Amino acid sequence: MAISRSEVEHVAKLARLKFSQEEIEEFTVQLSKIIDYVNKLNELDTENVEPTAHIVPIYNVFREDEVKPSMDRDKILMNALYKENGCFKVPKIIE
Amino acid sequence: MELYSLTIHELRELLKKREVSALEVTKSYLERIKEVEPKIDALVTITEDFALQKAKEADEKIKKGEDTALTGIPVIIKDNISTEGIKTTCSSKMLENYIPPYNATVVEKLLEEGVIILGKSNLDEFAMGSSTENSAFKTTKNPWDLSRVPGGSSGGSAAAIAADEAAFALGSDTGGSIRQPASLCGVVGMKPTYGLVSRYGLVAFASSLDQIGPFTKDVTDCAIVLNTIIGHDPKDSTSLKIDKPDYTSYLKEDIKGLRIGVAKEFFGEGIEEGVKETVQESIKVLQNLGAEIIDISIPYVEYALPAYYIIASAEASSNLARYDGIRYGHIAEKYEDLIDMYMVTRSEGFGKEVKRRIMLGTYALSSGYYDAYYKKALKVRTLIKNDFEKAFEKCDVIIGPTSPTVAFKIGERANDPLAMYLADIYTVSVNIAGLPGISIPCGLSDGLPVGLQIIGRHFEEGKILNVAYAFEQANKFNAKPQAIGVQDNEVRSSDWLRGPCRTFDREQNLL
Repeated sequence: MAISRSEVEHVAKLARLKFSQEEIEEFTVQLSKIIDYVNKLNELDTENVEPTAHIVPIYNVFREDEVKPSMDRDKILMNALYKENGCFKVPKIIE
Repeated sequence: MELYSLTIHELRELLKKREVSALEVTKSYLERIKEVEPKIDALVTITEDFALQKAKEADEKIKKGEDTALTGIPVIIKDNISTEGIKTTCSSKMLENYIPPYNATVVEKLLEEGVIILGKSNLDEFAMGSSTENSAFKTTKNPWDLSRVPGGSSGGSAAAIAADEAAFALGSDTGGSIRQPASLCGVVGMKPTYGLVSRYGLVAFASSLDQIGPFTKDVTDCAIVLNTIIGHDPKDSTSLKIDKPDYTSYLKEDIKGLRIGVAKEFFGEGIEEGVKETVQESIKVLQNLGAEIIDISIPYVEYALPAYYIIASAEASSNLARYDGIRYGHIAEKYEDLIDMYMVTRSEGFGKEVKRRIMLGTYALSSGYYDAYYKKALKVRTLIKNDFEKAFEKCDVIIGPTSPTVAFKIGERANDPLAMYLADIYTVSVNIAGLPGISIPCGLSDGLPVGLQIIGRHFEEGKILNVAYAFEQANKFNAKPQAIGVQDNEVRSSDWLRGPCRTFDREQNLL
């Protein structure tokens, strides 16, 4: 296996995902297969190759610092299930 | 002749001359949707009332002589493109009830022209997939054979156009998600150069690869839609400032002396014999038109697919981190604490393929693996980009098959992620290099459509359209889907109009 069960559990935690034991098994097998496949990239010597993160050469796009109307507060909140006094309501984060 | 079977340019003729109203056109499509949708399942939302209202507005516009190229033309929009006040679900349980408070820039541009939105189309959840089977709501069927997939991820848009549910559709293409379903459904689909069309309002999958593009019934329509949707947008910092060409000016039959590259790598392992033969015949058609066929090689292209799955999944894992249940989307009912709330929310809201890609992407970006996977893939991206640059020194466009196979059976690859990924083997390299590419129907293999892919240099959509148009005029694609019970089930070779609109003589009826 290219990836171990405990690695899958660790990555799930990082990704904020929860899996059943069966799902962990399934993902270990499937991800191993996919990782074996992408390891094909190791056939290539890329020692002196620069990485390309973005294909278009645009850097530092700035706009004028102008005051413009914001989106209506009600519109911003309209898809939230829990809200109070014009704010998003979240679970308690400080004990 | 039915209105719903016409192309954009044909409908525009009729609308301009006031021979039909936008309302009549819209009603024709809404009827058609009711008739075929139970078989095809291409749509997630039908916006009937909104469409009828917009049709009346379009008629007003036409009356006042304020109409433009797309006024009164009905469209279907992939359900990962934001529409204000209209649900945009990404075919995910996560966004089942999400209503965007704003329009994507492309939608804004279409509405300004008086386009009529008929509905939102089904997709693989968050555009991750090649068959539309990963939708949380329904599996779209291929209008050519209801037991087969329409391709993906924009399978709903492609199937809708093949079944005449709209005059055109919008999709998004991250690794082939416009071109591959266009190929499998026998319609025209284009992925423009990265940065040509604003991505503002397109729900992000892999930001450095995603691009919005059109599905149309012919090449002329593709040019017409492109004219409207392109352009710099201050809301998308990756959109580029370029002079807006008139793409319809490239619709010429003359391709004499044009150098067309054929890469042997696009005819490799896994390609179906029928697809190979059909594409090779198409190359002969272009050669007979006076194009120069040049053998080229893109040696690193075989590494495009593994590089793609690393890059796309890495970007997806980061983009999809926003789904926490707080501001919009699904939220868990029962949880222990904040972190648990995130975990339960996301595990309930996302489907399997989305989770698989988030996992792969998180792994590729995690400490200790970043250099080995993510950075490695970005380096391979450079090699592929250089490969294309070198190839384009010898030729003006590159052609080959869009997909190695015709439409496959529903369920055939559903449980084998790797087999599914291979469906994109000829399309991903184009996204990796940010190039424009089109798929146009070029024939049938076992009664199912085969797509011809034409790839161009950055911002050379015009050249692609030139070749596509010349091919289309010389090699009429007359076949039409037979599985949905269109009036004329006979596949004809003499009539030149594509799709189900060949039951009338165009000259007589339109001009």
